Amino acid sequence: MSDVVLRTVNLTKRYGNRLAVNGLGIEVRRGDVFGFLGPNGAGKSTAIRMILRLVFPTAGDVEIFGLSLRKEGHRILERVGAIVEKPAFYGHLSAYRNLEILGGLQQRVPRRRILEGLERVGLLDRADDQVKTFSHGMNQRLGLALALLSDPELIVLDEPTTGLDPQGVKEVRDLVRELARERGMTVFLSSHLLHEVEMTATRMAVIHQGILRVEGTVRELLGGGEAVVTVRTDRPGEAARWIEARGGYGVPERRDGGFTLKMDLRRVGDLNRELVQAGFRVEALVPERSLETYFLDLVGE
Amino acid sequence: MGRLVWFEAVKTFTRLRTYIGFLAFGILVPLVVAGLRMGGQRAFERNLLAALEQDFIVGGNVLNGWFFGFFFLGALWVHVPIVLALVAGDQIAGEGDAGTFRFLLTRAVSRNRIIAAKFLVTMIYTALMVLFIGMLTLGLSLAVFGGGDLLIVKRGLVVLPEAALPALFLLAWGLAILSMFVVSSLSFLFSAFTDNSIGPIVATMAVIIISLIVITLPFDLFQAIRPWLFVNYLDTWQKVFDDPVPWGEIGRRVWILLGFTVLFFSMTLAWFNRKDILS
Repeated sequence: MSDVVLRTVNLTKRYGNRLAVNGLGIEVRRGDVFGFLGPNGAGKSTAIRMILRLVFPTAGDVEIFGLSLRKEGHRILERVGAIVEKPAFYGHLSAYRNLEILGGLQQRVPRRRILEGLERVGLLDRADDQVKTFSHGMNQRLGLALALLSDPELIVLDEPTTGLDPQGVKEVRDLVRELARERGMTVFLSSHLLHEVEMTATRMAVIHQGILRVEGTVRELLGGGEAVVTVRTDRPGEAARWIEARGGYGVPERRDGGFTLKMDLRRVGDLNRELVQAGFRVEALVPERSLETYFLDLVGE
Repeated sequence: MGRLVWFEAVKTFTRLRTYIGFLAFGILVPLVVAGLRMGGQRAFERNLLAALEQDFIVGGNVLNGWFFGFFFLGALWVHVPIVLALVAGDQIAGEGDAGTFRFLLTRAVSRNRIIAAKFLVTMIYTALMVLFIGMLTLGLSLAVFGGGDLLIVKRGLVVLPEAALPALFLLAWGLAILSMFVVSSLSFLFSAFTDNSIGPIVATMAVIIISLIVITLPFDLFQAIRPWLFVNYLDTWQKVFDDPVPWGEIGRRVWILLGFTVLFFSMTLAWFNRKDILS
């Protein structure tokens, strides 16, 4: 069996004169947590909608488990679970009934499995409540329960943490890791947050203005390049002066309880070693890189 | 397919919107019947019976339940499309508006089957609405005004014996359901074009009103296109009360009504199978 679970081949979508997605070619392999990264309006959602057959490509194709979406049509989605943008349900129906309907279009889902799904996302006690009474976070969790209901091999999550509180964000990240690690699922995760992809994904692709800019492992792509690194030591003032005098690491800028350096990420290890050797106790070296700066680096603007 | 139809029925028949029509006619019809009983009946006596009695000797209970059952069916068929469009126009647009297609269409089920299930439930709703109105109007009228032979004035005078009336009314309701299938399927088609259910309701009513104007005006051009307009066939149910019953004409009109329904449904499928879900 092929190792490639999802492949897009020259995937293109044109709306009038505007190219929303332009010749996208990505590969997601079995077991990947694949981060699909791009700023708002980059073409991520359009690409995901084409992968899930909500939007029809102007050109190109999507292959899922080696089968062509263009040729095989809806049948190909049997082993796929998905949340596209904000999860939307039938508000006048209960959470249980929504899962029963949307999860059981092809074949009946046993009651036990629906209840287990609701329990997994912490909604068991709200199973009989109308969904219109749910908060955004609860809808998001219900969406996850639905996406996982059929025990899919590939799960596609479009901005799954949008609108969640910090606890909710953490729970989703933990769930994504668990799905990949313990249940062997392949996860395709879109986000406009670099650190989210950094924290959850193993491989990633970056899309900008509809064009694939880069694809590879997270370690390869985010391990290098320039970023602002926050340095926390026992004597920050002295450490900053020492670095400035030594040279080679940029000019320190003071911040509360420490200082920052704009430096090559590949040299963070060297900085740590040299600070320790110079007698400082290093408490933390935290790279802070926004998606914006990453893109600027990437596209050379 | 059975599961899809069942789920669509659950979605449709658990919404308040579905019962607005039942509620509206459930209030309106008893009010009108009460109004007729408390004096309105005299207007019919003045306008209809007085004219007839100049040439005929009219005996028995002429303004009876069957008469008003027939009268209601004729009076309400212009209003029924509004409540049908309320539900039919929301079947596809409502899912787009709510964003539920994002889940529904990412399951491994074909769009054809989803739309077919929605269409079937829309037709069930249509049939139930027409039957509800028919049974309510006739039942209440018979209860309040009693039975008797049915007297109809239509390009002549027709008197139908009471014994034949239950079967004729059943047939008329069946034909009225077929007529309303066309209206619902048109609204269903408009529903596929948009993600806002107000649009299909307005568009359906606009088409009906404009078509009615076209078939009413005696211009040559309008009369030439009249056979191509479905509103021309919406009164087919009235033909069963002609004497003799024009079965050939009714049969021809049944095929035309079915043809319009199939045409609108096919257009819905063709459109929706190419539609990008952007909502």
